Amino acid sequence: MAPISRGFHGRRSETTEAERVPPGQYVTRDFPVLSAGPTPHNPIESWSFEIRGEIDEPRSWTWEQFIALPSERITVDIHCVTKWSKLDTSWTGVSFDTLLDGVDTSAEYVLAFCDGGYTTNLPLEDISDGKAWVAYEFQGEPLDPEHGGPARLLVPHLYFWKSAKWVRGIELRQDDLPGFWENYGYHNYGDPWKEQRYAGD
Amino acid sequence: MERTAVRRRLNWQLARVVEVVAETSRTKSIALDATDWPGHLAGQHVDVRLTAEDGYQAQRSYSIASAPGDEHLVLTVERLDDGEVSPYLTEELRPGDDLELRGPIGGYFVWRESLGGPILLVGGGSGVVPLRAMLRHHRAIASEVPARLVYSARTRDDLLYRGELGGYETTITLTRERPEHWDGRTGRVDHGLLAETAWPPGERPLVYVCGPTGFVEAVAEALVALGHDANRIRTERFGPT
Repeated sequence: MAPISRGFHGRRSETTEAERVPPGQYVTRDFPVLSAGPTPHNPIESWSFEIRGEIDEPRSWTWEQFIALPSERITVDIHCVTKWSKLDTSWTGVSFDTLLDGVDTSAEYVLAFCDGGYTTNLPLEDISDGKAWVAYEFQGEPLDPEHGGPARLLVPHLYFWKSAKWVRGIELRQDDLPGFWENYGYHNYGDPWKEQRYAGD
Repeated sequence: MERTAVRRRLNWQLARVVEVVAETSRTKSIALDATDWPGHLAGQHVDVRLTAEDGYQAQRSYSIASAPGDEHLVLTVERLDDGEVSPYLTEELRPGDDLELRGPIGGYFVWRESLGGPILLVGGGSGVVPLRAMLRHHRAIASEVPARLVYSARTRDDLLYRGELGGYETTITLTRERPEHWDGRTGRVDHGLLAETAWPPGERPLVYVCGPTGFVEAVAEALVALGHDANRIRTERFGPT
């Protein structure tokens, strides 16, 4: 039991919300921005999304091809390791089940790579079976560059640094290679419900 | 990309408040005696956890304002009027209280001498806090790495660490006030001000930008437009969009 902070009363969420908020998080109505470097601005003509690594024939889509893929509207709660959670965010994107359909791979992990050099690692099963998307619209509008546009990962069951901004593809891997924040002391997996913020949590 | 090995578990620990100093009307520096503190790098932050009598808890992150070699661990906290934790830290907390924290956290927005320079620090509002830790560290180790600071505040009364930041090649600009007898700059940190005060891109400065999102976006974009290498620009953002 943590010691009492003298004179602290706090501001609790509504009960209905509280059940949806993982430990140590608070609900915000804003959409804060966190990035390790400048926001990239590249012409959409040069954009592509790639699947490479442990795959017989790497896959690649141009922007036009990508947005022509079957898409889904997803409404989910998102949880940032910096403590904010945002409820009922709605996105449009392509499920990894669509992108990986028919792929035969021995890979167990993926490393997502992005414009600007950011990377993040995930078990392959965490982007399978309707758990992850490449999203390009937020609340019905094209995704702002500062929020990761033109497209970002959306992996809402993990802390939001796993939902990499400006994503350009994934590498299918047999071994688990820690990504950017995972190399700087953040948890390798990042389950908000287990409060896996930092290495060792 | 450089790697740091922060692999030990970050346990919650109690730190004793030794002093609370008002920096401005809404910002205080809290000096802590953290006996179990493992040490930190300039630019890192901590998580603070408050617990109410019924067990309800709230956590937030705050930048460390002190240099690694300083006697006390210091957090500088700005009161957000609609905040849950910052009003407690700035209005209620007093010397003798214990504060629960864990850290240090974040290994990218840090400066240590082995990273070299020259360094350019650009802070907006309380975004100057981790930059102040870097400058204190730079001074404490008598580093010869050239350092410049560009610091933007709303008004003169909002300036943090007055009197401490002047020894560097410091440019201070005020965005909401044009006081009499002011020998600094006024207006936002824009393309023109950065062209004048930043190191030329050819010197490949290592740049640290910290502040509210709008500030960081504008400064980082201007620096890239001026020809600075995006991979040499490290950002830390806070506050609502």
